[in-house]
Order: sequence, then C-alpha cells, then structure tokens
Amino acid sequence: MTKSYDVVVVGGGVVGLAAAWRARRRGLSVLVVERGRVGDGASGVAAGMLAPVTEADFGEDRAIALNLAGLERWPAFAAELSERSGVDTGYRRSGALVVAADRDDAEVLRRVAGLQRSLGLEASWLTGREARRLEPGLSPRVPGALEAPAEGYVDPPGVVAGLRAALLAEGGELREQTTVERLELADGGAHLEGMVLGDGASVRAEHVVLAAGAWSGGLAGLPPGEAPPIRPVKGQILSLRAGDRSLPAERLIRTLRCYVVSRTDGRVVIGATTEERGFDVRVTAEGIYRLLEAAREVLPDVDELEFVSARAGLRPGTPDNAPVVGRGEVDGLVWATGHGRNGVLLAPITAEALAALVCGEEPPEELASYGPDRFPARAVGAGRP
Amino acid sequence: MAAFEIAGHAFDSRLIIGTGGFRSLEAMATAIEASGAEMATVAMRRVDASARGSVLDIVRDSGCIVLPNTAGCFTARDAVTTARLAREALETDWVKLEVIGDDRTLLPDAAELLEAAETLVDEGFTVLPYTSDDPVLAARLEDAGCAAVMPLGSPIGSGMGIANPYNLRLILERSRVPVILDAGIGTASDATVAMELGCAGILLASAISRAEDPGRMARAMRLAVEAGLLAREAGRIPRRLYAEASSPVEGTADLA
Repeated sequence: MTKSYDVVVVGGGVVGLAAAWRARRRGLSVLVVERGRVGDGASGVAAGMLAPVTEADFGEDRAIALNLAGLERWPAFAAELSERSGVDTGYRRSGALVVAADRDDAEVLRRVAGLQRSLGLEASWLTGREARRLEPGLSPRVPGALEAPAEGYVDPPGVVAGLRAALLAEGGELREQTTVERLELADGGAHLEGMVLGDGASVRAEHVVLAAGAWSGGLAGLPPGEAPPIRPVKGQILSLRAGDRSLPAERLIRTLRCYVVSRTDGRVVIGATTEERGFDVRVTAEGIYRLLEAAREVLPDVDELEFVSARAGLRPGTPDNAPVVGRGEVDGLVWATGHGRNGVLLAPITAEALAALVCGEEPPEELASYGPDRFPARAVGAGRP
Repeated sequence: MAAFEIAGHAFDSRLIIGTGGFRSLEAMATAIEASGAEMATVAMRRVDASARGSVLDIVRDSGCIVLPNTAGCFTARDAVTTARLAREALETDWVKLEVIGDDRTLLPDAAELLEAAETLVDEGFTVLPYTSDDPVLAARLEDAGCAAVMPLGSPIGSGMGIANPYNLRLILERSRVPVILDAGIGTASDATVAMELGCAGILLASAISRAEDPGRMARAMRLAVEAGLLAREAGRIPRRLYAEASSPVEGTADLA
C-alpha cells in the first residue's frame, strides 16, 4: 500500500526535524525519513553555538544578515519547543568572548572589531584585564578579547530530542533506520511524485524536502544537474566533563583556532576542525591535539577536565558557505542543506522558510535569495560516499 | 611580459598562488581568476585527492596546474611519503617541498629539507623547495638538482615582506635555477620589490586569501608582479644625492 503525505522530509537532523515540525504545525501531513537515528549526522557533532556576530567576516555581509536573523528566531523557537515537547533545549544567552591568545591574534581581532563596528554589530573590544574580570579562568597572557553579549548556545541533542518528541506528539511520522532507495519522478522527470524506501515501501509526497546534509546531492533518482554543489566538510569535536570542578568559563569562548562551550550541567565541548577530506570521518591525533592545545592556551583549566569523547562529523558545505534553501528545478522538490557550520543557528529560520515554501508562500526575506538556482547548472560537488 | 621556465615548462604568469586561508571556495575561485596565476599549490596533507567539489576541483576548473605541496610535514620521511602519495593521486611529479622545523615560526628545517630534496630528485621528482633565505642552503638545494629555489621573504603568513634583501640578493647572484620568493609577502609593493630585485616569480597565499577583499588583492598582486618585472627589464635610474633636472639645459633657445 502506498501512503501519501503532504511533505516527506529526507534527513532527521535539526534542519529536517524543525522543518517537519513547522509543517505539521501548519496542519500538513508529514513524514521524516532518517537512515540512522535522528541527529546522527552533523547535528550530532554540533556544539550548538548561536554566534552570528563573532562569526562575521569580510565580504560576507549577506551571510551576516541571515545569521543575525537566525539568532533572532531562537528565543521564541526554544521556548515553544520546550513547552510543546517538555524537553530542555539548553538554550542560553551566555554572551561570547573571542579571545586573543597573543598579540598577533589581537591584531587580527582588532581588524574584525572594525568590521563589526562598521556593520553596527553589538560587540566591543576588551583589554586582557577587562576580559579576565568577566572570565577569571582566562590565561593571564590573553592580551584582549571581543565581547558579543547577544550570543549563546543550545544543546543540539536536547534540540533533536525535543523536535522528535514535539513532531510525534503532534501527529507527525518518523521512520528511523530507513534509507531512501530512489526518488520517483513523473511527467518525463519534471515532477517529483514520491520515493521508494530501502525497505521496499513506496510513499507519495506533494513535496519532498531534501535535508540530508552532506549526502543531499547523492540521492538516487535526482535528475542530472539538479543537485547544487554540496560537499562534506569534516569537523572534529571533543566532549569533556567538569564534574564537581568549576566550568572553564561562563560564556562561550572562541579563539581564532577553537571554541569552548561550557554547559551549566558540567558538559564542555571543544571544537572544531574544518577539513576538506571528502566523506572521511576518522578522528585523528592531530585533530584532538590541535583543539586541546588551542583551548588550554587561553583556558588553562581545560587540563583538569575529564575527557569523554572525540568525534568527527560532516557538515554540508557550499562554494559560497551559504545554505541552499529553496525550490528545485523539479516540481515538488525543495532543498534544505548546505548550512555548513550554521545548521543549528539557522534551523528555526530554515524551518520557517520550508513551511512557507511547501504551503506555496514565499520564505522570509533574509532567506529568499538562497535557492539552488544561484549556482551555475554544472554541479561541481555532489559526491557520494 | 617575458615567459619564464621551470624545468622546461614555460609560464606566462610569474605569480603562483597558494590555496590556504580562503574563507570560501567561491572566494578562492574568484581570486585565482583575478590573479592570472597558471599554477596553484595545494597542501596534500590537508585535502583528500579523491573528494569531489573541493579545493582540487576548484583549482582544476580555473585552468590552473595543481602544484602539490608537503605543508604540515616535519620530517624528511613524512615529506617524501606525502610527495609520493601526491604523485600517485595527481599524476604529477612536480612538488613544492616544505619541511617545517618549528611550529611557531614555520621556518624550514634545513637538514631535513636537503635530505628530502635529494631523495625526491633521485626518484625523478621536479622539486621546488621552500627554503630559508640562507644563500648556502639555496646553493646546496640547487646542487642537489632542485628545479628552482624558493626562499622566504619572512615567515609564512607574517606579511612582513622581505626581511633580508641582502641575503635574497646573494641567492639571486649565484643561482642558475629560477628563484621564486615564497612566503612573507604582505601587500603589493612587497611583490614588486621582489621582482625588481631579480626574482623569477612570486608564490603567495595569505596576502590574498586573508585580505579583506581577496579578489581585489589578487588583481593587485598580478599587476605588482608585472610592474616589478617591467621595471627591472626597463632598467631603473641610478640613485643620486643631488637633483638632476628632468629637462636638459643643452639645446634650449638662447634668449639673451
């Protein structure tokens, strides 16, 4: 028997689940297909930073506007999700410090501070002494830091668990451990009809949302040239625990080489490498060493933490570092991938855009120009593992 | 502009671009295009040669020759292994040989570098070694059969320009292979000075990739390299203590 849905979402990460939940809240019938467990992909190795200001870089004004809009959505999104699911998303507006490890770093950060000022972003330069007054755990050798008070973080496993619970509670469907065998097209390939799943079941869908991260371009049945240039960008991340010792810091701490998220429940995350290694997800000695070295350089107390795990995951990257959110060439297909390092940050606004797109409306203005059509027809990426 | 040759291969552009430090692949593609470079170097320790849609594909799509480098290697053995893997993966026997001796300054390890160069030349590689600005080491690398020598101006990514022009001149004086300034360029005038001093070409990455506008800086570097070479070929005037009027007095009308 073939089941029909208004929306089938391929990929059960934060973006896919948030999109499904939002679509369900609008009264649409929804199915999420996830080949592993929800949050197994990039969401499972994300630190959950909400840091658009300290992420700001030259030549990326458009991305900054989008990321700020992403941050703006989080407080209400987190509150609603917690209320509906009863799960704590770990959302916290902790503020962030971008810390210089030495005078060379300080020069680089002062240049960034100039950019932030010119864009009207909420950030200020602190001397080393001022920074250590806020965060006494910082190394006395830190010559200065940038403070961005509006930033913070969520707990991605909490967000995933909350989205899963909320989706199911509201009648959305979820099939984990289920692969997509192939997409099925009709009208000579112009219209997407549905898909055949790995267990042989066939489902029909008015809309298919491709939110399969780095794997989005590799689905069987996609017409040639349909897939935007998505490539895997490897990230390694460390989990540690403070136990009964105090946390290394209260705020989100970043340097030019790493970030440290200290959660109130004692978990500490140090991330993340950015590597161009195809679909490789090996954890390497160098990756662990570099992250620890960078973290303890500014937060010496990191030495005292209990080491829990080191993991590697694949972010979906695009040539311009911006997400792909919009209708595909094929009727009924909607893309939602390419979020790179900003998948968690952009999940609420992406979900809002996708719910609008599958209802025939226009996405929020900040995400309006991020469709797959911005890339030249010849897809560069789209590898398969 | 006159073409120049490395190991019998002629290049019109004397700028070799590094691919490290760009904010996005798109920014890299734009900069490569604007630089006019015909060769781009890629750190083989940091990419998977079989990965699609990544750095190597961007370089190939730009029409550039891929010059694999051994960045991140700290021993001769590691560098030699990396060069061999690159030869296999990219089907080129050219390699930019880098053996780093110190994590903080990223200065070359002279002893390991020479050993790796000898091994690789022996195995038929076209070796372009990144070296310190030591004229003796440069000579030893040339004697070992390297196709060019690539002394630093100052440490990688420092943007400090040519710290010791005197050493660079000594290397240029006696070298019979092309001398390519590699590392230390901060802005366009540094590249021009290097070309005026007599370098055959410039290799740079950070000056472009970490600039506020990499595409614009890439064009600046292209023009700077051309300007330096043209000025050298044109022959600069001698430096003088006193002024010399640019309009001569002889032959002017006698109005007395």
